Amino acid sequence: MATLSYTTRRQAVEQTFPLAVMVIAPLLAIFIQAYLPKIFPKFAILDLPLVVTLYFALARRSPVYGAILGASVGIWQDALTNLPLGVNGVCKTIVGYMAASVSMRLDVDNQGTRLLLVIILSFINSVLHLCVMRWLLNVHQDWRWGMEALRPLLNTAIALPIFALLDMFRQRS
Amino acid sequence: MESFFVRYRNPLLLVALVLLQVILLASQIRRTVPGSNDGGKVRLVRLWVEGTESPFESMFHGIGHGIRYSWSNYFALRGVKKDNDQLKAEVERLRLEQAALAEDARQGNRLQALLDFKQHYLANTVAAQVIGTSGTDTSRVLYVDKGSHDGIKPDMPVITRDGIVGKVREVLGPHTSQLLLINDQTSGAGVLLEKTRIRGVLRGNTYGQLEIVNVMPDDRIQPGESIIASGGDQIFPRGFPVGKVEKVQHDPTHDPYIQVLVTPSADLSRLEEVLIVTGQSQTRPGDLAADIATSEALAEQQKKAAEVMAERLPTVKPEVTPTGEALSPALKQPPPPLHPDRFSTGATPPANAMQPGAATPVAAPAPKVKAETPAEDATTAPPPVKKPKPPTEDQPAPAKKPAAKTEDQPPAATTPSPAATPAPQETQ
Repeated sequence: MATLSYTTRRQAVEQTFPLAVMVIAPLLAIFIQAYLPKIFPKFAILDLPLVVTLYFALARRSPVYGAILGASVGIWQDALTNLPLGVNGVCKTIVGYMAASVSMRLDVDNQGTRLLLVIILSFINSVLHLCVMRWLLNVHQDWRWGMEALRPLLNTAIALPIFALLDMFRQRS
Repeated sequence: MESFFVRYRNPLLLVALVLLQVILLASQIRRTVPGSNDGGKVRLVRLWVEGTESPFESMFHGIGHGIRYSWSNYFALRGVKKDNDQLKAEVERLRLEQAALAEDARQGNRLQALLDFKQHYLANTVAAQVIGTSGTDTSRVLYVDKGSHDGIKPDMPVITRDGIVGKVREVLGPHTSQLLLINDQTSGAGVLLEKTRIRGVLRGNTYGQLEIVNVMPDDRIQPGESIIASGGDQIFPRGFPVGKVEKVQHDPTHDPYIQVLVTPSADLSRLEEVLIVTGQSQTRPGDLAADIATSEALAEQQKKAAEVMAERLPTVKPEVTPTGEALSPALKQPPPPLHPDRFSTGATPPANAMQPGAATPVAAPAPKVKAETPAEDATTAPPPVKKPKPPTEDQPAPAKKPAAKTEDQPPAATTPSPAATPAPQETQ
């Protein structure tokens, strides 16, 4: 099985994706996230756009890119809800930035590291979401330990095939 | 200075992005466009996003629906004839029921008119297909394939045949609208508990459950009680089913109050088709009026047929007294008491026999009523007659004549005047 490995930092930083993939993949994730809960209501516990955001932020290793991608995806998601625009935007901006920042210091090509990061960052996303709802919007929201513990695990489970799929579109410049 | 921005470019960008979004959030808290739930620019963003998503959602929904519809129709045709016969029979039965209910409804309307309470009927509904969701479990909204082109407007109630579902939150285009489900945290509906008639406000909680909040503790609220729309919110049609009480529990955030958890009548997690109520009127819609007229005509025919049958069949004639009054079984004399005392029926004098200021008449035990049949007479043992005690100062001896009459003469079948038969007194 062929694996990608980088010998220099420059080589690692410069990995890119076709523009179409970078645009279509997040949009497709948002679309699937909005459509599938109609058929499988439990699917709403997952956060596909977050998984895709994390993937590109980790792969591109650019905090600026991660933050902008997170903000765009989050605001797009907010537009589909009845929540004010920016709730998911703020969370995903911070999480995207954190993912890209971490990827500059760790070898995130390792699948195990990536999945561990998905668990941690997914949990951080949930905490940020609660903070924004409670303290910025003053909306009472209960913290559901069971649900919030399960969500990162499920996100990680769904990240496995998605990461493998997106890895196929990697380009080495 | 330049090196500062270059050095901290990434954190500064993060701060700027977060700050911008916080300002965006703050600007949306109060600023809304009349007739809309969002500010003008926010609404524009939602329109763009939904405009991008909804064609794909509609396309996928159409494909899926087409496959399911053609598949189910093929198999459904096999039992159509039988189903049709059953449905026809059910329609006949329901028409008769409806005729009976129509009379009650008319009476209710008259009473409502007296109270100046206006009843609203569902005049027009638009069937809509659910094409998408918000995609998150913190926002319970749906997208449907009907919009401004179909006369949909914000705040129109959305129902299914099982019960209320939510309301139209936003009309996003000619063929797209956003629905806010009743189990969302921001929704609210006026409801009424059917048996106990307790009113409350229904809303969703974080877990997507329905709950009635701010209800005073009441032991009468029991699980299983039906909940209907009260109509007080001016959105949902009054009397429409909402759900059933699932659990009653203490509300930890509002101390004296309780939380009533509700199981919705409609399955909110699996909605495929919904009805949007586009018009309510104070008169019955044409279809309903025609249905009621048909039902009444049918009920009249049935009534006439029943009368004809009643005339032809032999009937048991009621017993009639010589004066011509019907003897109702309910008016027959009660059976005689085995041990009559002063509390027995007829032992106390009637009120009109009493005189103001006079001494309290002495009650006598009810005289023994002669049994109507010899068999009863034989089985009923005569009560022992107590010997009157010697008179005291306070209690003078009863008049001899009535007492002798009671003891010596056999009691009449009809109840004699109790005043004429004073009871023997017991000294205390």
